[in-house]
Amino acid sequence: MNAIAEKVKLFDCRDAFTETLEALATEDTNVVAVCNDSVGSSKLTGFRDRFPERLINVGIAEQTLVGVGAGLANGGKIPFVCGAACFLTGRSLEQIKADVAYSNTNVKLIGISSGMAYGELGPTHHSTEDFAWLRAIPNIAVVAPCDNVETAAAVAFAAAFEGPIFLRLSRVGVPQLLPDGHTFELGKANLLRDGSDVTLIANGTLTHRALKAAELLAAKGIEARVLNMASVRPIDEQAIIKAAKETGAILTCEEHTIFGGLGSAVAEVVVDHAPVPMKRLGVPGTFPPTGSANFLLDEFGMSPDGIATTATALVQRKS
Amino acid sequence: MDTQDLRRLANAIRRRDLQAVFEAGAGHIGGEMSVIDILTALYFHVLRVDPENPQDPTRDRFVLSKGHTACALYVVLAEKGFIPKDEIKTFLKPHSRLNGHPNRTKVPGVETNTGPLGHGLPVAVGMALAAKLDNASWRTFVVTGDGEMQEGSNWEAIASAAQYKLDNLTLIIDHNRLQQGARLAETNNLAPFPPKLEPFGWAVEEIDGHDMDQIVAALSPEKVVPGKPRCIVAHTNKGNGISFMSDNVAWHHKVPNAEQYKQAMAELEEANQ
Ligand SMILES: Cc1ncc(C[n+]2csc(CCOP(=O)(O)OP(=O)(O)O)c2C)c(N)n1
Ligand SMILES: [Mg+2]
Repeated sequence: MNAIAEKVKLFDCRDAFTETLEALATEDTNVVAVCNDSVGSSKLTGFRDRFPERLINVGIAEQTLVGVGAGLANGGKIPFVCGAACFLTGRSLEQIKADVAYSNTNVKLIGISSGMAYGELGPTHHSTEDFAWLRAIPNIAVVAPCDNVETAAAVAFAAAFEGPIFLRLSRVGVPQLLPDGHTFELGKANLLRDGSDVTLIANGTLTHRALKAAELLAAKGIEARVLNMASVRPIDEQAIIKAAKETGAILTCEEHTIFGGLGSAVAEVVVDHAPVPMKRLGVPGTFPPTGSANFLLDEFGMSPDGIATTATALVQRKS
Repeated sequence: MDTQDLRRLANAIRRRDLQAVFEAGAGHIGGEMSVIDILTALYFHVLRVDPENPQDPTRDRFVLSKGHTACALYVVLAEKGFIPKDEIKTFLKPHSRLNGHPNRTKVPGVETNTGPLGHGLPVAVGMALAAKLDNASWRTFVVTGDGEMQEGSNWEAIASAAQYKLDNLTLIIDHNRLQQGARLAETNNLAPFPPKLEPFGWAVEEIDGHDMDQIVAALSPEKVVPGKPRCIVAHTNKGNGISFMSDNVAWHHKVPNAEQYKQAMAELEEANQ
């Protein structure tokens, strides 16, 4: 990957997830984990060793995975339902709609290795439609943390939050971007860098790439604002409208198809309230070729260089 | 091909698969070693398929439902002539058509894209129905993992296949007793399979899935029971043929290091003497 070469410590956000989950489970005996033969990939071995009776492994059966989660919630438990994001959302979509969102059960869906984290395993294992699918279903919060700190904060938030929520995690290493002790607020964007020429809005694994792009842009005299928009629903309308009005152009970046995800959610707010030139970067509506997540993000124009180039062209479109 | 030749070929396919996983630094070697004898028998003794005419409407259909063992299928397809043997070295490389799960839109010989478990059998039921509707004689074969049988979609398809009396359909369960993270017995045990499948109206046979004579005999058209779909429960070992991988859950998708690779290759070569 061209520009993110210097040695910064990278975090696998699954670790922050399970550390927080184990701490929550120590305090509250109602916290349970449910998985689909994914103890290892969901990093639940520590949880299993400490709370063996509170780890429910339904086997390779995702529809049952989510249904069982809804039943556990009905019985007063706080189920963290964990599985590869592609199967958790794709295979169980109707369970998510009927048993979780429509029934309004207190289920926490944890999509592991989302986006293109499974890289070379190919499009069946990529989860690049989940924002769109879940955004189309009422009554479920959709959150994609950008680093280890935000992951831990979002997991703690999810446990305390009453109602359905989907946390979209990766396994691809990301640097820490938010300060220790950061608290997560649903529906609130974080301003990571201010600027007045253009706004870059990103979440998940794209936030650090957007920040890097902003540095490249600054070197060329373009001041980019960077908003971390973990909360895709509810979305921070105020921050988007403000960005549109103050910077006059918005570029979104996501490890997701450009149809129906973060970019679409931002565009919906922009067209309704403050139309300005916009561009959405993401998976361009094709099944990706073979390659790792980082390779594919670069291929799809989301290297820091690629983002900066698109942002530069966008700025030129401002009238 | 006679069973002696099939055994030698299966050994060569195991070695090529091992090398490909080692060089790519990824793959599902355990489940590949367990399914290779079955794949070899199918492609070199049973399936009427023609690499020169991969879309022949009268071809037999084969579905590798446990798509995570794609590398084994690629090596078999290359041996059979569907893709160049040389192409195996591109496995998992950027832009290669050989990614971690088989893709019919890119790789000739692949009938349907698999990867999410529990898809192959329903699709195979549709294939077998199509043959019945045309009064055609081609047969449909599908291989699933045993852990994969936990997916409810398989049991829906099992009921449909019996309802439609699909005696042109053969399901082979690669029964290696292990799934991704643990043994089936520790997760959600479905074994023994025959007493579950038989009441649905299936004809079931159990075999040693590493005994080439038994595999070939079980796949023979004479074994077809009119009016009943057929299931072969193949008792196998995950990692079969490599001592330290065999029946060891750690080797679901672990990659051997250089020393382990050398030892594994030596064991396979010795077995070929
Ligand atoms: C729907 C779905 N859920 C989970 C997975 C992840 N996964 C890949 S392989 C595997 C274990 C499969 O075990 P089994 O079917 O017994 O195959 P084998 O032992 O032959 O490798 C799992 C859980 C998947 N590919 N698809
Ligand atoms: Mg198995």
